[in-house]
Amino acid sequence: MCRIGAIKSLNYLHPSKALHLMQSQQKGHDNSGFAMVMQDLGGIFAEYKDLPTLSLACTDEGLKIAETLLQDKGFKQVYQWIPETNRKPGMDIQAMPNYVFRTFDYPSQFAGATKEEKEDLLTDTRLQLRATMEKDATGFVYSFWPDVITLKEIGDPRDIGAFFNLLEPDDSFTAKLITAQCRQNTNYAIVRYAAHPFFLQGYTALANGENTFYQKNKDFQSTLHRGYVGFESDSQCFLYTLHYMHRQLRWPLSYYKHIITPLPFDEAVKREDAEQLFAIRQSLAHLEINGPNTIIGALPDNTLFVVCDAKKLRPIVVGHTADTVVFSSEVCGINEILPERDWETDIYPNEREIVVIDKNLEVQRWKQ
Amino acid sequence: METVKINDLACNDLPWKVIYDTERCTLCGSCVSACTFGAISPKVERRRKSFSDTETPEPKIKFSATPVIAQQNVLKNFCRGCGVCERVCPNKAIRSERNPDSRFHVVYQASTGSGPKRGGRNNLDPHYRTLDTLRVGRISQMTDPSLDAQRHTFDCLAPLGRILPAAKLPFTVGQDGKLVKNGHTPPVRWIYPVIIGDMSIGALSWRMWEAVAMAVAYLNEECGLPVRMCSGEGGMPIRLLKSRYLKYMILQIASGHFGWNRIIKTMPDMIEDPAGVLIKIGQGAKPGDGGLLMAAKVAPHIQAIRGVPKTDLLSPPNHQGLYSIEESVQKMFLSFNAAFKFRVPVAIKVAASATSVSVFNNLVRDPYNIVGGFFLDGIDGGTGAAHDISLDHTGHPVVSKLRDCYQAAVAQGRQGQIPLWAAGGLGKTGNLAADAFKMFCLGANGVFTGKLILQLAGCLGNDHGRCNACNTGLCPAGITTQEPLLVRRLNPDRVAENIVNYFLGMDQELRKLMAPIGNSSLPVGRSDCLVATEKSVADRLQVQYVC
Repeated sequence: MCRIGAIKSLNYLHPSKALHLMQSQQKGHDNSGFAMVMQDLGGIFAEYKDLPTLSLACTDEGLKIAETLLQDKGFKQVYQWIPETNRKPGMDIQAMPNYVFRTFDYPSQFAGATKEEKEDLLTDTRLQLRATMEKDATGFVYSFWPDVITLKEIGDPRDIGAFFNLLEPDDSFTAKLITAQCRQNTNYAIVRYAAHPFFLQGYTALANGENTFYQKNKDFQSTLHRGYVGFESDSQCFLYTLHYMHRQLRWPLSYYKHIITPLPFDEAVKREDAEQLFAIRQSLAHLEINGPNTIIGALPDNTLFVVCDAKKLRPIVVGHTADTVVFSSEVCGINEILPERDWETDIYPNEREIVVIDKNLEVQRWKQ
Repeated sequence: METVKINDLACNDLPWKVIYDTERCTLCGSCVSACTFGAISPKVERRRKSFSDTETPEPKIKFSATPVIAQQNVLKNFCRGCGVCERVCPNKAIRSERNPDSRFHVVYQASTGSGPKRGGRNNLDPHYRTLDTLRVGRISQMTDPSLDAQRHTFDCLAPLGRILPAAKLPFTVGQDGKLVKNGHTPPVRWIYPVIIGDMSIGALSWRMWEAVAMAVAYLNEECGLPVRMCSGEGGMPIRLLKSRYLKYMILQIASGHFGWNRIIKTMPDMIEDPAGVLIKIGQGAKPGDGGLLMAAKVAPHIQAIRGVPKTDLLSPPNHQGLYSIEESVQKMFLSFNAAFKFRVPVAIKVAASATSVSVFNNLVRDPYNIVGGFFLDGIDGGTGAAHDISLDHTGHPVVSKLRDCYQAAVAQGRQGQIPLWAAGGLGKTGNLAADAFKMFCLGANGVFTGKLILQLAGCLGNDHGRCNACNTGLCPAGITTQEPLLVRRLNPDRVAENIVNYFLGMDQELRKLMAPIGNSSLPVGRSDCLVATEKSVADRLQVQYVC
């Protein structure tokens, strides 16, 4: 089974925390990969919060393609971080030749552009990069967005940590929100894009369990938005639904639960807002999920939340202290990161709630 | 010696032969009085018997006049093989047997100058059904545990009504962060995913129709299953129109508009809205034909409900005045939506056809959002009456066409906006749950069924040409007749009980299919949980081929 985790803190955290969080649960996953999304960046990226950072793994040819494309579009590189990789014999890692984390300034013609126009530009550029590099598998572009870095790799998470020098903490490469997962897709082929977490326009999602309505979700989402592509993992659907309801429809987050796991009819009919709930269920019937899933998500304002399926077949625990909240599939992960916390305040979300961590780290439990 | 009169009708020209055993018969007359078709009658045969009444054989010949039961050599009274004679015979002295050498079609047309008509069945090759090559093959195992069919809660309901895309819902976010509705949305009813299909008062006997209506009311009020039934073309009793049970009824209007005078006049007195309005354009069993109710069945109460004299009632093959889809949407759908003040879903029923997708596309793109259901009726369904040639040689199977319509919706991102309901031979093997479930997976929101309901009532017909006499008004089971004596053969309470029990069983069986795939709501469009054992079916329906 997948193990998933997330850490949100008032302080900047090094990704070693995420690795430790997942490492303690390593008996529960198959050590086939490691992927994380870092949001609300600190350290070396703290100065560039408003500028998009490209997260890319590629071959030399892919790098040329990306550089040319970005240059042609008028992006100007302002910062570059090259991870110090550390390859040792016997390491279980299928590393790419290049890992690119570069921050760009927008093309000059976008100087007066609105936020939406800039966001569209970033999305279109990423999709174009992806499509161009997909042909010969010359590269994988995970995110191109301000204040976000994504890393995905195939192999043993410990070796991946050692390879990228991520096991020892430092202050230069940090974030206040890190989501992570340690397993490659088993439902479909192992593809780098299939590793959680998934990211789109400020939204992040990662999940465990199988999306049994994958086919329905995918059929419906494929025509909803140009960014809903890939579908290498059935869990990408969870991200696209989140993005669609929150960004496209501009509905509050609380309705995410109503979309993916609607109340049974006989309960919904008794509610004051029954009319809205039925309308949502009707119109978005194809976004329902009906399998065993726990979904961790993050919003563009770095709100973190977790939601379970309606039959509560996948576990998640929320542990917290005054300055840090940790989500983990197994409580041992939280014990690793927050050993001093009061474990009696741990939350085991039920099948009808969303646990939400806002920007002030206030932990809220919303009943569906 | 009799002369051979080759051009006279003989019993061995007919589709069924009556097999009769003089030795067993007591001449009680039950079979003759029970045969509604007049296919048998008593007659006297001259019998020759040789015997000996001495100690040594001295054969003598005796001729006697023996009363027997004999098959009628008359086209009008040909035996339908219904088997009622066998049912009523206390001594197993009589039965009918299929005649594989029948010349019926030839002699009928040569004698009458017209093709035969029949009711009931399509009589397609019942050995091969597309749905039987599909299995629910994606069984939840470790990654996605199966559910418990007995203990989990399941949401087995389907929408009827036009569904807006989410982006067009009239929602704004209120100050408390809740969505607020500020505008009209089309009416949508969440109902049981199996509708009892449109069989009219007229096609059915009043007892049969009443039995179905009773079963529907019982399922709703006592069993909690929101099953709906469609009136069929021909209206319904005024008492029902004015009752609270109207909410379980879908009113049908077809090209003959039969019964609508009464419905419209009763509208001011209705205390409930009907469940829906179904505009019938075509029917799967006899596509291209309108409804057909032979004069024999136009009894006084039918004349009253429909406002017609006793005559053959032929609904035109098309709705007069509707010449295009756009026009039908604007005129007919809009007027019916308006008639019930936009509170009642209005749906369309069409015969499956090579052109179904075009029709569906036109409707799903209509800007008025007033078509609330696409009922697709395939070949292999039942009919009260049709020409043999329509039944045998026209029509389109429903499975691939339903799939085509669903996929057309998917390609446009419009799946679910007009709920798809499918019918046409579903439940033919007796298991409607399995057929319905497979249709859901292929994209149907729900299914509708008629023929199976007749089976539950005790219909003696089958898909091998047995009985199929619904058109004659002589139904031996009292189901499709208006003859008072025949109608009394049917016990409406027993019929209602059978229908209720079948639906309760079907509901359990649906759960038994949802549980292993791990789903608690209907897997509409989940083609990934089906596998096909025929490559051609797999390719056509785009499901996984397995062997």
